[in-house]
Amino acid sequence: MSSRETILNSIKKNRPSSTIELPNTDISHVKYRDRDKKFATTLKSVGGDAVWLEDKSVDEFVAENYRDLDVIVSTYLEFNGSTKDANELETPHLLEDVDLAVIKGEFAVAENGAVWVKNPKNHHRALYFLATRLLIVVDKNSIVDSMHEAYKLIDFSRAGYGTFISGPSKTADIEQALVIGAHGAIEVCVLFV
Amino acid sequence: MGHPKKASKFVANSKRMHWHDKALWFVRERRDLATHQLDEWEELRRVASEIKTHTMDRLDYYLEEFEKNATQKGLHIHWARDAKEHNEIVLNLLLTHGAKRVVKSKSMLTEECGLNPFLEKNGIEIVDTDLGERIVQLRKEAPSHIVLPAIHLKKEEVGKTFEEFLNTQKDNCDPTYLTREARKHLREKFLTADASITGVNFAIAQTGGVVVCTNEGNADLGASLPKLHIASMGIEKVIPRLEELSVFTRLLARSATGQPITTYTSHFHAPIEGGELHIVIVDNGRSDTLSNSDFKESLNCIRCGACLNTCPVYRRSGGHSYGYTIPGPIGSTLGASRDLQANRTLPFACTLCASCSNVCPSKIKLHNQLYRHRQNVVKAGLLGAKKRAILKVSSWVMKHPLLLDFVGLVVRKVVPILPRSIVYSKANIWGRGREVPKFPKKSFKELYKERKK
Repeated sequence: MSSRETILNSIKKNRPSSTIELPNTDISHVKYRDRDKKFATTLKSVGGDAVWLEDKSVDEFVAENYRDLDVIVSTYLEFNGSTKDANELETPHLLEDVDLAVIKGEFAVAENGAVWVKNPKNHHRALYFLATRLLIVVDKNSIVDSMHEAYKLIDFSRAGYGTFISGPSKTADIEQALVIGAHGAIEVCVLFV
Repeated sequence: MGHPKKASKFVANSKRMHWHDKALWFVRERRDLATHQLDEWEELRRVASEIKTHTMDRLDYYLEEFEKNATQKGLHIHWARDAKEHNEIVLNLLLTHGAKRVVKSKSMLTEECGLNPFLEKNGIEIVDTDLGERIVQLRKEAPSHIVLPAIHLKKEEVGKTFEEFLNTQKDNCDPTYLTREARKHLREKFLTADASITGVNFAIAQTGGVVVCTNEGNADLGASLPKLHIASMGIEKVIPRLEELSVFTRLLARSATGQPITTYTSHFHAPIEGGELHIVIVDNGRSDTLSNSDFKESLNCIRCGACLNTCPVYRRSGGHSYGYTIPGPIGSTLGASRDLQANRTLPFACTLCASCSNVCPSKIKLHNQLYRHRQNVVKAGLLGAKKRAILKVSSWVMKHPLLLDFVGLVVRKVVPILPRSIVYSKANIWGRGREVPKFPKKSFKELYKERKK
């Protein structure tokens, strides 16, 4: 008998046959009067920044706020300041020197400061973790209250990769001291347009 | 050596014990702050518990669904009956892909299987990339906590370890400095790795993908550079649909560290371009636990570590005193279910205060399980000789009311006039570190009779 069958048979033999139904996950939950504000304060608390772009282009915002950076890479099509095209690269390892990645976020979640990032057109997902700084551009009308709304917007009927990113990478593994910048981005800014 | 002996080494340094206790209580308080912000917290726990119970009761169905849907997406599924088979599958995958250097992110399952020493013996370089895990790996120690692997160490000790292995500045133990140095050291490992191994937080039956949660980004980075990604999961990690994640992602980080969510929640439904994603589904004794109605709930655990942070025994005895892969209340029940003989002292590393059950996001009644394990330890004749003798005598005395009254009377009269050296003699193991309370003049029975008049 294969291991697969052995395991499945053992489960079938041992598992109880209860009648507990799968519960409804859409329970009544927190709603925020001001989702923008909640998102910004939550993101701040986990080390990130939220900015609402008023009368500028993303290009102008980057030019003003990220000076003297050598390598800028973007998967956000409306941005023109890239210094190299990530998708042209043979291997993701070549993204190791990226100072700033301008990427597209699908929507933001007020309760936890997270942004959903899933972009089938980006060939190297390593970009999200190799770049020293992340600028995530999100539609300002795409902030939801909680993860209950968030998962209604997520689809994995096809193969692919997606991730929630909530602020910069961090660790508290040395004496509980919070240090921003573990293996991923050291700075994260969510830019609403 | 059982828990009490190992713990006695830990508590011998009282200052350090209190430091450890406080560090974990701080995490528990952060959890409380986070959970109190949500009115629906208890409702989330209820739903999580029902989802897990439902899934465990149909585990074969959901695992087959998961396999079917993952295979359709081009992922490769492997099944391992035990630790040995798991390790062999992983080694075989590495060898057939010509992988010599491997980066690994946190996975208690690979700890349970002893994967690292096995791969090293077979000539593979395996690097733990979670900062805490890297620290304990360099020190040749086991993680002492499932979420905070190096919580037992002081920053000075970490500094010394880094001095030795990463050539950091002498006596510099600033956490930011050390973290940055580790980042540089591990970046190099990531960029030269031939394969990555990660754990799995959740496997989704409906979509055939796996979810991994990290704060450091190490699993995410590792699984995005080399062509080969191997994810190891216990059979209990499967959940039915994506929408169940709305409940678990809200519970996990808040319970673990008080964060609203982990920094990264990666959903892997594909390898990197041109790469391969292999998922190893491991039983290793779990399916046996399913048949035991007393303990099957322990499979509902989502490994947040909240029960460790709140446990008065864990906080004061440290993770290494348990001697099982997973320490704390959840580890004590899992360990006792796995091997009662080897882990017979663990169910007693508990005050039955039930704080663990109160914080558990999937509402496992941990203290009930530990209480039942104790009974099984006694039934199996695994209790130590001293404890067994004490219990025998006490139960004999208690079965004879007149004798009990008499013994009580003698004790109440005699103990207060005995010198300390006798009351706290070697035979009184209870009195080690504890003061005998002041004896009342009359017994409860006497008082009861008086008042009834």
